[in-house]
Amino acid sequence: MLTRLGPLLAIGVLTVPVAFGLAGTLLPAFGFLPVLGGMRFSLAPLTALFAEPAIFSSALMSLVAGLATALVSLVVVMLFTAAWSGTRAFARVQHLVSPLLSVPHAAAAFALAFLIAPSGLIARVISPELTGWQRPPDLLIVHDPLGLSMMVGLIVKEIPFLLLVTLAALPQVKPARTRALIASMGYGRVAGFIFGLWPSIYPQIRLPVFAVIAFATSVVDVAVILGPTTPAPLAVRLVGWMNDPDLSLRYLASAGALLQLFVTAVAIGLWILFERLAARLRDRCALAGWRLRADAPVRWSALLLMLLSGGAIFAGLATLALWSVAGLWQYPDVLPSSFGLRNWMRVLPHLAGPLGTTLLVGLASTLAAAIIAILCLAREDEMGHAPGRWAMALLYLPLVVPQVAFLFGLQLLFILSGVQATLTALVLAHLVFVLPYAYLSLKDPWRAFDRRYDQLAAGLGKGAWRRFLFVRLPMLTRPILAVVAIGFAVSVGLYLPTVLIGAGRLTTITSEAVALGAGGNRRVIGIYAFLQMMLPAVGFAVATIVPALIFRRLRDMQV
Amino acid sequence: MRKFALSVALLALGTIAAPADVMKPDPREWDDVLEKARGETVYFNAWGGSQNINAYIEWAGEELKERFGVTLRQVKLEDTASAVATVIAEKAAGRETSGSIDLIWINGENFAAMKSQGLLMSPGWAEDLPNWSYVDVESKPTIRTDFTIPVEGLESPWGMAKLVFFYDSARTAVETLPQNADGLLEWAKANPGRFSYPQPPDFIGSSFLKQVLIEKIGNRALLQKPVDEAAFAEVTKPLFDYLDALNPLMWRSGRAYPQNYPAMKQLLADSELDVVFAFNPAEASSAIASGELPATVRSFTFPGGTLANTHFLAIPYNATAKAGALVTANFLLSPEAQARKQDPAIWGDPTVLALGKLGAEDRARFDAIDLGVATLRPDELGPALDEPHPNWMERIETEWKRRYGVGN
Amino acid sequence: MTDKGLFIDRVTITLDGREIVSLSRRVAPGVVLTVMGPSGVGKSTLLAYIGGFLDPAFTASGRAFVDGVEVTALKPEDRHMGILFQDALLFPHMSVGGNLLFALPAGSGDRQERLRRMRQALAGVGLAGLEDRDPATLSGGQKARVALARVLAAAPRALLLDEPFSKLDAALREQMRELVFSKARETGLPVLLVTHDEADAEAAGGDIVKLGE
Repeated sequence: MLTRLGPLLAIGVLTVPVAFGLAGTLLPAFGFLPVLGGMRFSLAPLTALFAEPAIFSSALMSLVAGLATALVSLVVVMLFTAAWSGTRAFARVQHLVSPLLSVPHAAAAFALAFLIAPSGLIARVISPELTGWQRPPDLLIVHDPLGLSMMVGLIVKEIPFLLLVTLAALPQVKPARTRALIASMGYGRVAGFIFGLWPSIYPQIRLPVFAVIAFATSVVDVAVILGPTTPAPLAVRLVGWMNDPDLSLRYLASAGALLQLFVTAVAIGLWILFERLAARLRDRCALAGWRLRADAPVRWSALLLMLLSGGAIFAGLATLALWSVAGLWQYPDVLPSSFGLRNWMRVLPHLAGPLGTTLLVGLASTLAAAIIAILCLAREDEMGHAPGRWAMALLYLPLVVPQVAFLFGLQLLFILSGVQATLTALVLAHLVFVLPYAYLSLKDPWRAFDRRYDQLAAGLGKGAWRRFLFVRLPMLTRPILAVVAIGFAVSVGLYLPTVLIGAGRLTTITSEAVALGAGGNRRVIGIYAFLQMMLPAVGFAVATIVPALIFRRLRDMQV
Repeated sequence: MRKFALSVALLALGTIAAPADVMKPDPREWDDVLEKARGETVYFNAWGGSQNINAYIEWAGEELKERFGVTLRQVKLEDTASAVATVIAEKAAGRETSGSIDLIWINGENFAAMKSQGLLMSPGWAEDLPNWSYVDVESKPTIRTDFTIPVEGLESPWGMAKLVFFYDSARTAVETLPQNADGLLEWAKANPGRFSYPQPPDFIGSSFLKQVLIEKIGNRALLQKPVDEAAFAEVTKPLFDYLDALNPLMWRSGRAYPQNYPAMKQLLADSELDVVFAFNPAEASSAIASGELPATVRSFTFPGGTLANTHFLAIPYNATAKAGALVTANFLLSPEAQARKQDPAIWGDPTVLALGKLGAEDRARFDAIDLGVATLRPDELGPALDEPHPNWMERIETEWKRRYGVGN
Repeated sequence: MTDKGLFIDRVTITLDGREIVSLSRRVAPGVVLTVMGPSGVGKSTLLAYIGGFLDPAFTASGRAFVDGVEVTALKPEDRHMGILFQDALLFPHMSVGGNLLFALPAGSGDRQERLRRMRQALAGVGLAGLEDRDPATLSGGQKARVALARVLAAAPRALLLDEPFSKLDAALREQMRELVFSKARETGLPVLLVTHDEADAEAAGGDIVKLGE
């Protein structure tokens, strides 16, 4: 049966690249890389790594960034959900924030940089009237040594992600009833939520939180755009060593990747410790019966932080769009002195290649991911049960293992097998990251499908394929297209896999945007970041409009 | 998948496939080269951080396609070193033919590294290109000596570079401008936070370090040879004393650096910086033309001379499309392509050709170029300082990273 | 003894070792066998087993034959068991006519012939002329009739009814029972009815098996 292939393919896609990649990364870390003559295991690469100047500062920076990002975004999401879920304000903010999920990290980072830099939009709006700054102040905001702007850049992107996974978990705990019950006991809204509902929500979003920690401890693109440079966070330095003409630095890079793996593991370990402490604190407060009714300040600050994080990206993206059509735009002018499509006309001819690759790789990997996810879900139907905890954990494997740690090894293996920089290799690399999202976003609508339709169609004499093609597929058009849009958005946003496996030959809008970001030309960055943001948006628009058009005369197929 | 498994086995065994022998295209048989080149795709690895340059390469690609049937694809690099790394990795993996890079925009340390490791197409081919006859070897010595390394025809000259400073005459009076490195330090004391240099190992940033090194070192002859480790600390002490004094006076107090020249250009436009510099005398004019800098920006150099060099095109030894790469290098050396390149409205990169060797028609192309208000005439550019041996750059970069690149 | 009709041959269904159903019966063509029991007793698993979509959590043994063919040995789609649930479950992505055309066997004539048979089937349940309608715009009674017409259009070997009238209001329920059972008699189909409503059993007129007592 074809469906048996589903779980096999899924496990293969999720584990083989990670396993081989890790092996390809870790062996050189211990001096084993035969093609370079490294035949014997040694600790020399690690010794060399620890002799690198300020390597511990870099590692510490990565560790702190990961934990701070996860903590702040989770707390904001928790307080916001606690204070506002079930209200109209909540629904509105949810609609405002959801599209941000599809904005690639790099675009969001650029957006933030354009906003908060000393010559950014905020400074322009308040200068010189409020500040007296006739020229931009000499303040180290972007690239600050503490990595604060990098963390902010990560937080504003992770908040929508964690909010959406929380929303997915929320209905299963029947929030309205429990909230009423707890309120009747006289608990404040926030405290009641944290005591009564959060303990059953959190286990469901724990793996996504781990994914956030892993991502934030090992991020490259956001760190390049916003992060400190003296020294840079660990992952950025790794990529630097990997690209050094001195090939012996590959040992160092591999040793660094090992350190990266360790840093991420320590971050997750510390987080688990923190989980326990927080749970204990919560239980102590709950058992003491603290009602905490005067929570208005908390509720309003949660809303404010939520709006601020969403608003920052929107304002930043608007600034990006403005730069893309700007002529001369001097400080402290709030608007450019002239507008024009000149920048676009210059860039447009160069867009075709990267745009084509982005579309091709995005669609191919998403299609493959959707097919594998459907096969897995169909197989679950046959087996009659959902996959166990371990299978679900496997799904998060590529998201929890830091990308740099296994992509280096994977790149090396691809080079050796001569398939580096081929479309197939790039699609495969993207598939590793697209598949988890495709599966996670399809599973609920798939399971919600009324299986009696299937049984009925079988009774009408329709075989499995016809049932799938003529009944289930059309009835699930909307969720499946949504999955395609999500998968496409994930693929569009992938930076490191594109850079390492595409090897500069296959470039996407995102890899071009970050490469050009180094050039600092705001107009060009504006164009690329704008496109980065628009591609997923177009995907979601298509996913909404197409079913509405196909089924325009069938009421139950409308939303 | 089988290929994949095979290479895993290869990795484990550490065996390397034997190189296959291929016939080389010979530039002396140019018709033969043209014929071989038709239909080839040339992967041109070139720094991609500037839209002007990318657009120029795009134009060259269109012309090559039309005239010679050669498809040119620019692989945009952040750092040329990564192209060198690719060739090294391919050599390590036993990929002796059908390499992924056909042409590299290169000079200095990267050229030295590739030459010394035998990674370049040889024997020398550049001086056999048909358009070599126009090249100004007489008055541009850096065309045959790249950072003290003899070129020997292993790379074909593409353009000239010279360190030039820019300022906005609307904000900064011309008489206050520094006349040398020491003057710059004084200027920075008077204008704290208004000067910076791109973070080494960025090419422009490292070039600034070399400019200071040349000015401050006692015996300039030392720079023509590789670094003498024993004397390194003592010889470079004036340089690092200078940087110790300068860095705290710089933008963000030296705690962060612009990433590269275009980032500095933006900072000049934002009036965060008052003095910036580039390796291209026409940069300011083309930035004014594209609306990136105000029309009041002007150029200056040091009367005692600034760093100058040539940048080149090289072909890796394992390139797939060698004939196509030769045709591309020759086309980029043609008077037509060189004149277009020198136009600040296009790119503004000075030519490597001798105008005296050109025919009347080709000369007219150069005479027609409007160099722009912010570009110094060739006679205003001041003396050229020769690049030190590439080894110096590596050592200074490493030392810089150790001292300033890691925070406190 | 004839092979005609539905023969349930020692069918036993268990869940975690607990027996839910154990039954051997013959149902002649046009006759209804009613299986009764309170909700939650698992009576629908019998239909699921015969229809071929029993949840793998259950274990079952025994066989079912229709007109001498062992349907439990076939794939669900080859059993041709017409099923009616308590919801009409019209395919929302097809028009009323599309629902019926989908049910008509593939080999039943050219396009014109199929359209004719579709219209005839609609007329047979008193809904002539509604083929272009969106199922979502029909009333509850109309939906139930379309569902019946759809199941009959597929030319089933037997009918499996899973509380098919329980969601209709009293007057409609009366009508639908009459319609369903008369259609079954007309076409000579054996019917297996699962219900918790005594009135259903009475209207069906055939034997009654009580589970869970």
